[in-house]
Amino acid sequence: MSTTEPTAAQRPVVLQLTDVHVRLSGSHILQGVDLTVRRGGVTALLGRNGAGKTTTVKSVLGLVPAAGTIELTDAAGRVHRLTGRRTHEVVRLGVGYAPEDREVFGGLTVAENLALAERRGSAHHPDRVYELFPELQQRSRQLAGTLSGGQQQMVAIGRLLLNDNQVLLVDEPTKGLAPLLVTEVAEVLARAAEEVTVLLVEQNLSVVRRMAIDAAVVDNGRVVWTGSASELLADADRTRELLGVATSAPLDESRSHSSSGAEGRTREDLPARRSRSAPAPEVGG
Amino acid sequence: MSTIVLLTVTGLGLAALYFLVASGLSLIFGLMGVLNFAHGAFLTVGAYGTWWAAGHLPGAGSTGWSFVLAVVFGVAVGTAVAALVELALIRPLYERHIEQVLVTVGLSLAMVALVRAIWGADARPFPRPEWAQRTTSLLGANVPNDRFLLIGTAVVVLVAVLVLLRSTRIGLVIRAGVENRTMVTALGIDVRKAFTLVFAVGGAFAALAGSLGGVYLGSISPGQGTSLLIFAFIVVVIGGMSSITGTAVAAVLVGLVQQYANYYAASGVGDLSVVLLLAVVLLTRPSGLSAKVA
Amino acid sequence: MRSVPIGRFAPLVILVVLAVLPYSTLQVPVLFDGLLNSPGTLQLLALCLLFGGLALSYDLLFGFTGLLSFGHALYFAGGTYVANLALTELGWGLGAALLLTTAVGTVLPLLVGSVALRVSGIAFSMVTLATAQVGSILVLQDPGGYTGGEEGLALDRGQVPDAFVGVFNTVNLYWLALVYLTVVYVVVSWVTRSRAGRVWQAIRENERRVEVLGLRPYTFKLLVFVLAGLLAALGGVVHLLVLGGSTPRTTTSEFTLSLLVMVVLGGAGSRWGAVLGGVLYTYLDSRLTDLASSPAVQDLPEWLRVPLSEPLFLLGSLFVVVVFFVPGGIAGLVDRLRSRRRRGEDDGPAPGRVVEQLKDRVGAGMSGPRDGI
Ligand SMILES: Nc1ncnc2c1ncn2[C@@H]1O[C@H](COP(=O)(O)OP(=O)(O)OP(=O)(O)O)[C@@H](O)[C@H]1O
Ligand SMILES: [Mg+2]
Repeated sequence: MSTTEPTAAQRPVVLQLTDVHVRLSGSHILQGVDLTVRRGGVTALLGRNGAGKTTTVKSVLGLVPAAGTIELTDAAGRVHRLTGRRTHEVVRLGVGYAPEDREVFGGLTVAENLALAERRGSAHHPDRVYELFPELQQRSRQLAGTLSGGQQQMVAIGRLLLNDNQVLLVDEPTKGLAPLLVTEVAEVLARAAEEVTVLLVEQNLSVVRRMAIDAAVVDNGRVVWTGSASELLADADRTRELLGVATSAPLDESRSHSSSGAEGRTREDLPARRSRSAPAPEVGG
Repeated sequence: MSTIVLLTVTGLGLAALYFLVASGLSLIFGLMGVLNFAHGAFLTVGAYGTWWAAGHLPGAGSTGWSFVLAVVFGVAVGTAVAALVELALIRPLYERHIEQVLVTVGLSLAMVALVRAIWGADARPFPRPEWAQRTTSLLGANVPNDRFLLIGTAVVVLVAVLVLLRSTRIGLVIRAGVENRTMVTALGIDVRKAFTLVFAVGGAFAALAGSLGGVYLGSISPGQGTSLLIFAFIVVVIGGMSSITGTAVAAVLVGLVQQYANYYAASGVGDLSVVLLLAVVLLTRPSGLSAKVA
Repeated sequence: MRSVPIGRFAPLVILVVLAVLPYSTLQVPVLFDGLLNSPGTLQLLALCLLFGGLALSYDLLFGFTGLLSFGHALYFAGGTYVANLALTELGWGLGAALLLTTAVGTVLPLLVGSVALRVSGIAFSMVTLATAQVGSILVLQDPGGYTGGEEGLALDRGQVPDAFVGVFNTVNLYWLALVYLTVVYVVVSWVTRSRAGRVWQAIRENERRVEVLGLRPYTFKLLVFVLAGLLAALGGVVHLLVLGGSTPRTTTSEFTLSLLVMVVLGGAGSRWGAVLGGVLYTYLDSRLTDLASSPAVQDLPEWLRVPLSEPLFLLGSLFVVVVFFVPGGIAGLVDRLRSRRRRGEDDGPAPGRVVEQLKDRVGAGMSGPRDGI
C-alpha cells in the first residue's frame, strides 16, 4: 500500500503506448490507444467487457500484431521500443505478465512452473513465492492442473515475483475468486507494487480502490478517460457511465479511505478533452 | 513356443524401429504443431550416410567399432540435415502450420529424389556387423541378434528422452511448450531454440532408425523411409500425438500386432490390422492412448 | 470493365481451342518434341488434362472445404483397378465397367469418409493416409494374382471400344481426357456455387460457426468427400484407357502428395488454379524426365547432371520455393497482380490464398498443441 503518493509529474514514465492499433481476424480492435504508465504503484486499466483491455496488454507483449509505438523506459532511463520485438525479448526487458486465464502449465508441478519462470540471472528464489503463499509450499510437488483456481492464480502471480521487472502486466487476477482469496491476492499484489510498477486490469472496483493510484478507462478500443483512480471511483455517475457498473462498497472502508484520500487529478500530459470525454463511438476511424 | 518367442522378439524389434522414428515425430508435432513429412527423408539420409561411411570414411567399416563409427557418421549427417531444415525452412514460417507441413512435403519428395539420383533407385546391400548376423538362443528359439540391437537401442533412447524431458531445463521448456507454446514465450523463453533442438534430436533418432533398419533388413533403398514413415505416423496418432510414453506403448502394440497377424493370417494382413487398430483407437479414444508428454 | 465478359467466357474459349487442337499440325519447338497432333504429344496432353481434372477434384476437398486428405490416391487407383478388373478379368463391357466403378467410387469414399470425418485436423489426415495405405498394400500384395503386384495390370484391349485402341486413336483418348476435365470443371463450378458449396466454404473458414447455424458439418463434409472421391475414381478410368493399364504407382502416398503439390502450385481454392497446377506439374514431370536423358544434360558435369536427372527433385524444390515466395500459388499471384491494377476494391479473401486461411486447421484436432493466452 502506498501511503505517500507522489504527484504525477514527479513520477517518470515507465510504459508509453502511443496510437496503438490492433486488427484481429478482420476487426479493428484497438483504434489508437494512448496510455501512459508511471513508475511506482499500481495503474488500473478499466473498461467494460470486450472493451479491449486484454488486447492492450497483449499488444505490449507482442502477443497480438500491433501498429503504433510502445516504449519501455527502464530504471536507468534507457528507452526501449517494444513494437516489433518478439514476446520473449519484451519479457526479458523486464515486463512480467500474468494472463487473464492464469495459464499455468497444468502438466507441470508447482515447483516446475516456478522454475520455468525464473529467468537467467534472477536474484530471487522460489522461496520468496512460498513465503508469500505458504499454501504453495506444501503443494510444490502437486501438478498445477490439479490446483484450485485460486491456487493457480497464486502460481501465476508467483511467477512474476521471481525476476526483477520494470513493470508487471496483471490481467484480472481476482476473476472468479472467493472474497477471502481476493483479499489475499490483492495483498500480495500490493506488496509487489511497493517494488515494481503494476498495470492492473481489474473489474473488482474495491480492489482498484484499495491499491490503484492512476486509472485509465478503455472503451471501444480507445482510452477514453485517464486520471486518478480515487477521483474516478469517487464519482459514481461517471463510473457508471464509463464502466457500466455502480461502484460497489469497498471491502475495507477505513483502509481504502486512508490510503487513497487524495483528490482526483487530471494528467497534465493529456488534453482535457480526451480525459473527460465519454465513450466515443461516434469518432470515426 | 519357439515361434512365439521369435515372433515376439521380432515384433519388438520392429516396434523399436517404429519408436525411433515416431518419438521424433511426436516431439516435433507436440511442440511445434508440425506434422513432419520430411522425417522419412531424415531416415533415408541417415541410412545412406552410414552406408557411405562404411565404404568410404577412413576408420569406418562394417565390423565392430568401425561400424559404430559409420553409424555415428550417418546419425551426425541426419542430425545436421534436420537442424538445417528447421533453421532454414521451418523457422521462417513460424506458426504457419499448413505452410510448414507443405514445405516438409516438398522436402520429402525432393530429398528422396536426390538420394535416388545419386545412388540409384535399387536397393543396396547394407553392411551388417558379424555379431548382428549371428543368432542367440532364447527360450528355445534362435533369435537373430539384430533384434536385440534394435530393442536395446530403443530402450536406451526412450530412457534418454525421458531423462531429458524430466530433469533438464530444456526438457522443462519442451514439456511446457507442448502444453502452451505462447505462455512459454511470455515467460521470456525463446521457444524457437527448443524447436531446433527437437528437430535435430528427432532427425538423429530417425537417422539412427535408418542405420539400424538397414542392419535389420540387410539392404537400403531411397523409398524405405517413406514407407516406414506411414507406420510411424500411425504409431504417433495411436500414442496420443505428443506423448513419448504413449508413443512407446503404441509402437509395441503396432509392432506385435503386425508381426503376429502377418505370421498367423497372411502376409499383408498385419499391415491391414494396424490400420484397423488405428481406426478402432481413434473411434473409441479420439485423443489416442495418452495425452501426457512424458 | 471490359475484361469481365472475357473472363467469364475464357473457360469456354479455352475449351474450344483445346477441342480443335488435334487438327493443328503446328510444331511448337522447345515445348513439345513432335507435331502438336502427333500421338506422343497428344498422349502427354491427355495426361495433362486428366491430372488437371484430378487436381481439381482434390482441390474440392483441400482448397474449397479445408479437408487435408492424404488418401485421395485410393479413389483414383480404385477407379483404374476396379474398371480394369471388370474389363480384363470379368470380361464386361466398358459401360458396365463404368457403372461398377461409379458404384465403388461412391461406396468406398462413403465408407472411409464416414469413419475418417469423425475426427478432424491432423487425425483426419492420418486416417485417410492409413486407409490409402491399405489400398497400396492390397495392390502390392497381389491377392489371388488379380492386381499384378508391382508389375501393374495390363488392360485387355479387346473389351474396349476400338475408338480407344491403337496409336492412331490417341486423339480420341485426348478428347476423352478433355471431356473428363470439362465434366469435373462444370460439376465443381456448379457445386461450389450451390448452397452446399457455401457451407463447405464456411466449414473451411470456421467450422464452429456452421454448427451454430444449426447445420451438421459432418454431413456436408461427407458429401464433398464422396463427390471428390467419385470424380477421382472416374479419372482413374480415363487414366486406365490412356495408359492401357493400371500401375501401383497410383496407389502410393507419394501420388497423393503430388496432387497436393499440384493444387498448391496452381492455387488452392481456385478452380482454374488447381487445373493449371495439375497440367503444369504433369507436363513438367514428363518433360523433365525427357530432359534428364537428353544429351544436353548427360554431358553436364556430375554435380549438375545428378539433380537434373530426377524430376521429382526439381518439382519438390520448386514446390518449396512456391510455398515460401508465392503464397496462393499461380492463382494467388495473378490475383495480386490484378488487384494491384484496380487497387482499392476489397473483395474479401482472394481465391488461391486459402492456405493462409487454413493456418490453424492442421495444428488443430487431437490433443495437439494449444496456444493459450
Ligand atoms: N482473436 C480475436 N479475433 C477477433 N476478435 C477478437 C479477438 N480477440 C479479441 N477480440 C475482440 O476484441 C474485443 C476486445 O477484447 P478484449 O479481450 O481485449 O476485451 P477485454 O476488455 O479484455 O474484455 P473482458 O473484460 O471481457 O476480459 C472483444 O470484442 C473481442 O471479441
Ligand atoms: Mg480481458
